[in-house]
Amino acid sequence: MGVAIAFWILAIVSVAAALAVVLLRDIFRAALALILCFLTIAGLYVTLSADFLAAVQVLIYVGAIAILIILAIMLTREVQRGGLSNKLQLPVVVVVVLLLGALIYTMVSTPWAVSTAMPLVPTTPILAGKLFGEGGFILVVEMAAVLLLVAILGAIVLVREK
Amino acid sequence: MYLLDNYWIHFAVFTVVIIAFVLTMVMGFIYIERRFLGFIQIRMGPNRTGPFGLLQPVADAIKVLLKEDIIPAKGDKLVFWLAPLVAFVPVFMIFAVVPFQRGALLADLNVGILYVVAVSSIIAVGVFMAGWSSNNKYSLVGAMRDVAQLVSYEIPLGLAILSVVLLAGSLSLTRIVEAQSIPFILLQPLGFLIFFIAALAEVNRTPFDLLEADSEIVAGFNIEYSGMKFAMFFLTEYCEALVLSALVTTLFLGGWRGPLLPPFLWFIIKVVAVFMFVAWIRATIPRLRIDQVMGFAWKGLLPLALINLLITALEVLVWKGTLPWLVIFLNIAIMAVLILFWSRFSRLGGGRVEV
Repeated sequence: MGVAIAFWILAIVSVAAALAVVLLRDIFRAALALILCFLTIAGLYVTLSADFLAAVQVLIYVGAIAILIILAIMLTREVQRGGLSNKLQLPVVVVVVLLLGALIYTMVSTPWAVSTAMPLVPTTPILAGKLFGEGGFILVVEMAAVLLLVAILGAIVLVREK
Repeated sequence: MYLLDNYWIHFAVFTVVIIAFVLTMVMGFIYIERRFLGFIQIRMGPNRTGPFGLLQPVADAIKVLLKEDIIPAKGDKLVFWLAPLVAFVPVFMIFAVVPFQRGALLADLNVGILYVVAVSSIIAVGVFMAGWSSNNKYSLVGAMRDVAQLVSYEIPLGLAILSVVLLAGSLSLTRIVEAQSIPFILLQPLGFLIFFIAALAEVNRTPFDLLEADSEIVAGFNIEYSGMKFAMFFLTEYCEALVLSALVTTLFLGGWRGPLLPPFLWFIIKVVAVFMFVAWIRATIPRLRIDQVMGFAWKGLLPLALINLLITALEVLVWKGTLPWLVIFLNIAIMAVLILFWSRFSRLGGGRVEV
């Protein structure tokens, strides 16, 4: 019962925040709405008993990515008023409506499997075993790390003075 | 303690206890800092209000409450109003996982220390909101410097915490305290130094207080704030200092553990001792410049923290389970060598600005 109430509050706030990110003209406020959205999603993870994932969500998305977005906004000139418009509004609306329709159709028509098993406690050793243990996903972890390194190097190469 | 077994009663009781504890300790810290600084600088400090000046923080609080609340005309009013709250609430949330003694905490989270790091990273958002919404170039520059410093020092801080976690084998703060039959300050002398310095920078204490010192960019991100909203930022600062002391106590000084006295008393004694050490540093060490602050984080603390993590991992791997006493001397020797070595790299060069 309590979890259901928490879920609905978090779900409504996160959807409202996500809409605010898109609709707000003031780009700084949009970034703040994005932070609210990240936080409510962390809350959703908590209701799913994924405590480690929730903490990492706050740490990475709110603590690092959102901060970087705001720093980028502050370092950009003439961005305060926001609302840059161009001629692609109509095509974007079509694509977005199609995408939304496809997503909703998939969500409604898929028979989602709901696990009846109790959540495992504590989660951290199991996660560590999955990520780094034998038969785990160590290759994916390493590939993600290399991908991030490539992105950083690419950014440096792009902005380097000749 | 059967009454506390009920979830909601436990929740309510500990919420009230934590709020009372934090507010009392912050009042105490403000008093201690002013009197102790006075003692170090051979002057009296505040001694007129109440016995020994004990009511000075109360008088300050009342004064600041009665001040006029000014909002910049061209600022973003909603964000301006929200910023102190966004900075203040996460600091309070951290205390939910700090154990006062065995079992005496709001929530014994399995990911305790990760929760602390995650929640404390939200404070930067509040600082940003304050700096932006004030519509003032000094507050904007102050906020950007503040956030640059926070983000930079989070990395060595996290690495130092990681080496503690390696030794304890758990992210839960209760488990970390229980693992300290030898306080981790002895097993992790370099980790302790890195954590302490990085945490000082995180909470903007001297020598890293250039973001809000009066003489630097007219006091940084909170210039436009007055009255109660300014008091919220001020309170956030001291709550952060309390968090710093509590975390150093929990991670490195053995938390509530100690002979004779009851555990929670040991915890409070250690917290106050750490805070007095912080105040002592404030009275002793001059302030750094912004380029020195950033250089120190990236060229000094980060490599040292990485090396420390590597050495700790090796030690845990070699001596599985119990580390011998010898490791204490080994680690202290390693720390001395590394610090000597690194001090060769970071010469400051009299007054020369290197970017």
